[in-house]
Parts: sequence; C-alpha cells; structure tokens
Amino acid sequence: MAKYHVSTSINDEAVEFLCEPQQTLLDVLRDELQLFGSKEGCSSGDCGACSVMLDGRLVCACLVLGVEAEGRAVETIEGMAKGDQLHPLQQSFLEEAALQCGVCTPGILIAAKALLERNPNPTETEVRYWLAGNLCRCTGYDKIVRSVLAVAEEMRGG
Amino acid sequence: MELLPPFELLRPTTVEQALAWRLENPNSRLLGGGTDLIVNLRRGIGEAPQALIDLNQIDEMTVIAGDGAALRIGASVKLAALAAHPLVRAHYPGLAQAAASVAAATQRNMATVGGNLCLDTRCIFYNQSEWWRASNDYCLKYGGSKCHVAPKSKVCYATFSGDLAPALLVLEGEVEIIGRGGRRTAPLAELYSRDGRDYLSLAREEFVCSVTARAAPGLRAAYDKIRVRRAIEFPLAGVAVALARDGDKLGALRVAVTGTNPWPVLLEETAALCGGGVDEALLQRFDALLKAQLMAMKTTFTSGHYRRRAATVLARRLVRRLFDGGYMGETR
Repeated sequence: MAKYHVSTSINDEAVEFLCEPQQTLLDVLRDELQLFGSKEGCSSGDCGACSVMLDGRLVCACLVLGVEAEGRAVETIEGMAKGDQLHPLQQSFLEEAALQCGVCTPGILIAAKALLERNPNPTETEVRYWLAGNLCRCTGYDKIVRSVLAVAEEMRGG
Repeated sequence: MELLPPFELLRPTTVEQALAWRLENPNSRLLGGGTDLIVNLRRGIGEAPQALIDLNQIDEMTVIAGDGAALRIGASVKLAALAAHPLVRAHYPGLAQAAASVAAATQRNMATVGGNLCLDTRCIFYNQSEWWRASNDYCLKYGGSKCHVAPKSKVCYATFSGDLAPALLVLEGEVEIIGRGGRRTAPLAELYSRDGRDYLSLAREEFVCSVTARAAPGLRAAYDKIRVRRAIEFPLAGVAVALARDGDKLGALRVAVTGTNPWPVLLEETAALCGGGVDEALLQRFDALLKAQLMAMKTTFTSGHYRRRAATVLARRLVRRLFDGGYMGETR
C-alpha cells in the first residue's frame, strides 16, 4: 500500500516522514524517527506509557495513526529538557525517587506537565484522577504524586 | 504485541464526501477518536476493513451549537471539549458529567461523541486477544456460534456501555443520520437494535453526523456511574436521570441506564410514578421498574446481579438528590 507523506512538528522542529496508514504515531516515533522515549506498554490505551501531546492535548500515541499527525504539533519526552536543563518535573522525579524501572516515567512526565499547564494548583485528588491513565507497577504512585505536587508549589513560587 | 492490519485511510472534509466513500467501500470502518476501534482492530475483533474513513476533518461535525433550550453536537466533537463547554456545563450538567466520566484524560482528548454513541458492545468473551478467543472457539458476537454467557442463547448479550447515550436519552436526544437517501433524524433510542451482535439499527453505509438534546425549563438532570476504578474503566452501571418538580410533587421523570443491557435502556412507564412526592413507597415502585427492564448478564468480571443492584442504587440516589435540591453531581 502506498505510503503517506506527513508534515508535522515534533518538539518545535519541522519534521517530515513517510508512513503506512496502519502505523500508529507511536510506531512512527520509535521505528521511523528513532525517538525511543515514548514506550509501548499495552497498545490498548490503558497504560499511558506512550503519552504524548498532540496540538496541546494529551493522547496515547498507540491509538493515534501516524497520518493523523499531519499539520499538528507533537511534543514528546525528548523535548521536555531544554539542553542540559531538566524540566522541574524531571528534576523532582529524580529527587523524590519517583521512578524505579522507568518504563512509565516518560508518559507520566508528559501527563503531569499537561496537568500543570492547565491547572497550576491541583489538589492531590486532581493529580490522582489526572494520572489515572498512567500505570506504574513499581513505585506505587505515592512518590509520583508527591513530586507533581512539589513542582506545582515550586512553579507557583511557593 | 499485535499489529494493526493494513488498510487505506480516507480523510473526507465533507459529510457528502464521507458518504460517497462509504458507498464505494462497503467494507470500511469509521474512525472517530480510535480509542476503541484501534484497540479492537489490533486484537482482530471484527472484519479487517479495506479502508478507515476518518470523520475528524469534517468541519460541520466538530461544532457544538445551541442555547439553554436546545443543543446540537457534531459527532466528531471530542469528549473533553463537550465536558468543558461552558454552555453544556451551565445548561446540560448531566451531559457534561457523562462526558467527563469517560475513561481517562488521554481517551477523552481523542474520543468523539459519535464514537461513544456507536460504541461497540462489550463482553469478557469478546474483548480479548485473537489467541484467547480462538482457544475458546470464538463466540456468537464474532466468529463463533455459541454464546459463552448464555450457552443456549440465540442472541448475543454483549453489553452497551457508552456513557453519553443515557445522558442524551433523558434529554429527548435525536440523532441526525446520513445515508443513501440523504439526511434523516431519528429518536436516539431508535439508533439501537436490541441485539448485542448487530447493536445499531443503521444501514451498512449510514453514519451519525450529529445529535441534539433539549432541556425543558425547570428540568434537573445528572449522570453517575459505578466502575472498578473510579477514574478510568467502562461503567459496570451508569444512570442518567432528568426530573422536574411540580411543587412538592414529581412532575416529570426520565431515566436511562447503560452498562446492563445490549442497548442503553430508556426506562419505560416512569410517567406512572409522577404526580406524588418522592418517598420510600415511590422508590420501591421505581426499583420494580428497574428490576423488570434491566437484564444484566455475566458479560463483565462482576456479576449481572451486582450490576443491576448498582444501577438501582444509583438511580434511587439521583432521583432523591435531584428532587431535593438540584444535585449537580461530581465535578472535576
């Protein structure tokens, strides 16, 4: 089947790629563009390990077709740190030891960033609801939630 | 990990173009948000389509328009947009609650109104991987000849579990359908057949392009549901109630339930409950109506009995709270 030519922006950089219609955005990121930060967990939208931003909206890259990225802006974990400067959430996850194996971490960081952008002052309940689509089988969530709340406070200048 | 089968992707920009391609490709599937479809295609559930027709590029299908009395929602509107819309939140709180309660944020950002209304019915013997279903000799819904939920049954009991349908059914929802004969409107309840296998009453080429709702003056409506995890998951039972008070009497009552039957149930005979106050005697008659019309089978990991009880408790609770004080439900 003919490949589709897709023009998109990934982490603020114009990117063009060829993909087959049945390749998901996650397949494209990992297999065509060698961006291995977004992980494939369940491939059914349950685990959130492939969370990326599409035009400012948090989505599971495993459920979006690569062709659907045409003309849209994609943000992945690779764009989160600016050079050597980690995003405050990344720094906080390190400091609070909010990860063990790290497979869920890129998705959780992207999701947490999306939350703080729309709600800079979330309650613990709001953080837990927002991250409900991101499963972690190692740390038990407590440190993750604590990190997000700490960064929210820090970013508010608290 | 299972791979998606090959298909062609068609991206129409008008409803007419979508219909033309639908007619040319009888073996096509419609792509809304893909949050259910892509999962099912990957699991080999349903016929592998020649083409997917992406309905997200059609402007008229992405619009929410209306006022406090009537609302029109395009079928490609995202659930997150519906839940956040100021008009919907102000005048159709039950609908906003239903949209906000679907799965998790990542799904709501992609999933569409049309997709949720036309959500494939679900069953523990159906929503499984290819090897799981193959080793179980498939089932009546797809690929097999036996229903594992009710082995002697000739009909499929797979359960409808969309959250928007009940919230719209209690607001006199109507769907706009496009097909070979042009556009037509039908009461939302008529969109559903009562068979879990062929659960929609649409012709092969037809699709839903919008849905409307009405909010009569003084009507109070809310939606709530029970599920395994409160922040994600399909409903084990979901209930929408819309009622109006006439002084200290119940003036109007409409109730719809999802997660129990193969179709979203708009409860019949609720008019007989109106005209008096809301007391325990009335609620017991209400229980009896629900018990008679809900038919939860063991299509989830929880028992049908539990889901029917859960629906009854939710329905009672919503009626009481709406009658007492315009309960707005959980918001987040």
